[in-house]
Amino acid sequence: MSASESARERIAFERVSVEFQTRSGPLRVVDDVSYRVHDGEFVSIIGPSGCGKTTMMNLVAGFVQPTAGAVLLDGKPVVAPGPDRGVIFQEYGVFPWLTVRQNIAFGLNLRASRVPEGERRAICERYMRLMGLADFADAWPKTLSGGMRQRLAIARAYAVRPEFLLMDEPFGALDAQTRSAMQDLLIEVLHAEGKTVMLITHSVEEAVYLSDRIVIMTARPARIREIVRVPFGHPRTESLHEKSEFGELRSHVRELVMKEYAEQARQSVHVPV
Amino acid sequence: MLRRTALILAPWAVIVLVWYAIHYSGIVNPALVPTPHSVLRRFGELAGDRLPQDVWVSTRRVFLGVMFGILLAVPVGFVLGWYPEVRRFVDPLLNFFRALPPIALIPLVIVYFGIGEMAKVVILFYASFFAGVIVMYEGIAQISPIYVRVARTLGARDDEIFLKVILPLAVPHMLTALRVALGVAWATLVASELIAAQTGLGSLIQNAAAFFQLDIIYVGIIGIGFIALAMDLGLRAVARRLVAWQERIA
Ligand SMILES: Nc1ncnc2c1ncn2[C@@H]1O[C@H](COP(=O)(O)OP(=O)(O)O)[C@@H](O)[C@H]1O
Ligand SMILES: [Mg+2]
Repeated sequence: MSASESARERIAFERVSVEFQTRSGPLRVVDDVSYRVHDGEFVSIIGPSGCGKTTMMNLVAGFVQPTAGAVLLDGKPVVAPGPDRGVIFQEYGVFPWLTVRQNIAFGLNLRASRVPEGERRAICERYMRLMGLADFADAWPKTLSGGMRQRLAIARAYAVRPEFLLMDEPFGALDAQTRSAMQDLLIEVLHAEGKTVMLITHSVEEAVYLSDRIVIMTARPARIREIVRVPFGHPRTESLHEKSEFGELRSHVRELVMKEYAEQARQSVHVPV
Repeated sequence: MLRRTALILAPWAVIVLVWYAIHYSGIVNPALVPTPHSVLRRFGELAGDRLPQDVWVSTRRVFLGVMFGILLAVPVGFVLGWYPEVRRFVDPLLNFFRALPPIALIPLVIVYFGIGEMAKVVILFYASFFAGVIVMYEGIAQISPIYVRVARTLGARDDEIFLKVILPLAVPHMLTALRVALGVAWATLVASELIAAQTGLGSLIQNAAAFFQLDIIYVGIIGIGFIALAMDLGLRAVARRLVAWQERIA
């Protein structure tokens, strides 16, 4: 399960920079970022808010093009979004006009669907069960709790069988209890069907618990501060949190991250309003 | 249930009571304020006479005006809502025309469309279109781009995004535009029937005004109000079924 150095390279950032044109001139958001994600690897991106993490995910998803450098997927530049990359957006984006079942089936009923017609029903049922949504198959999303919407968004992304999973602070809006349950659910699902994962998070605890490697970003513009390897094997369980190695690694990462948060706070004081 | 009915009827009962009070208190010359029961009696008489024809003719005019108005407002509002660049240029134009009161257009409408049914429907079309188009584009412009993004990551092509994402999200706004247009059209009806109308609730009111038949004027006004109310309630019932998924339902 754990990705070794020899595993195939799936995502590659090659000296990527992104600049947005804003009213007050060009804004550099990503600055000369290079890193690789290997097959089956779980990589977390952590950094202060507003530094450019979502932009980095959008580069892989195909919503943002680099101003300089290249983002490669299996060696080819990303040009557009596609069902090979499942995206869990920060704001979930559950379709409110579709029931839970219809939400999950959405991607399966598109022409681009990579799932055979005969299997579609079974896949819906499977993810509803896996995500604990079976009792809500015909409910409108407006009746679901935040955690359930989150699970629905994940089930919908999984149903089209993406090879990559890109998640933008997926558990940020959830309470601690739900968050921890969702992390374990994610571990379970990933264990059942391996994927190459890029997770954006604010939580050091979460990054250390889930990842194979953690990419720590600087305050804006996002540059790589350090890439930390997480040596724990898979599958992981809650008890990992109690281990002293876990605590040490967490402290190390937290220290790096806190420096950048402080830097970001200092920056924002100087930003003219 | 009984409580609910009582609550719904209460404000109407208050209006009738205040009406009686004004009549009998003598604040206003009682000859100028017909009593509710005399208006009701007049309603009974007219119901066996010209009223059904008036209601039918007015409803048809409103229906045609709103139908054509909304048929145009939906696609135009859609384009304006979806393409902000287009909206920037067209917005001043819309606000210019929207500000013109339909009643001021009557002389021109007569010149270009004559004094037949067409002229009345054109006035109602005008009012419906501008009311509807603004509701429509404001609604479409509010649609969050997140849903389109999600659909793209699931593999949707442009046509699938239009049919399976944008269209369902537009339906509630179409219904709201229709409701607003219907309300505005009924409010504009009397003006449209200033154009040489022989029948219709507006013409009923105007003829009665010429002979100072206040009770008939009241029948006409209350009639318009109630038909508009009934249509709105009907549309809301349809909306509740059609967009049951919405967080807040009209
Ligand atoms: N399309 C855009 N146009 C202009 N500025 C943008 C755009 N997208 C993001 N930004 C800006 O880039 C910076 C980084 O954004 P983002 O990647 O969302 O940060 P993060 O996810 O780390 O909080 C922010 O200051 C944001 O305002
Ligand atoms: Mg973000």
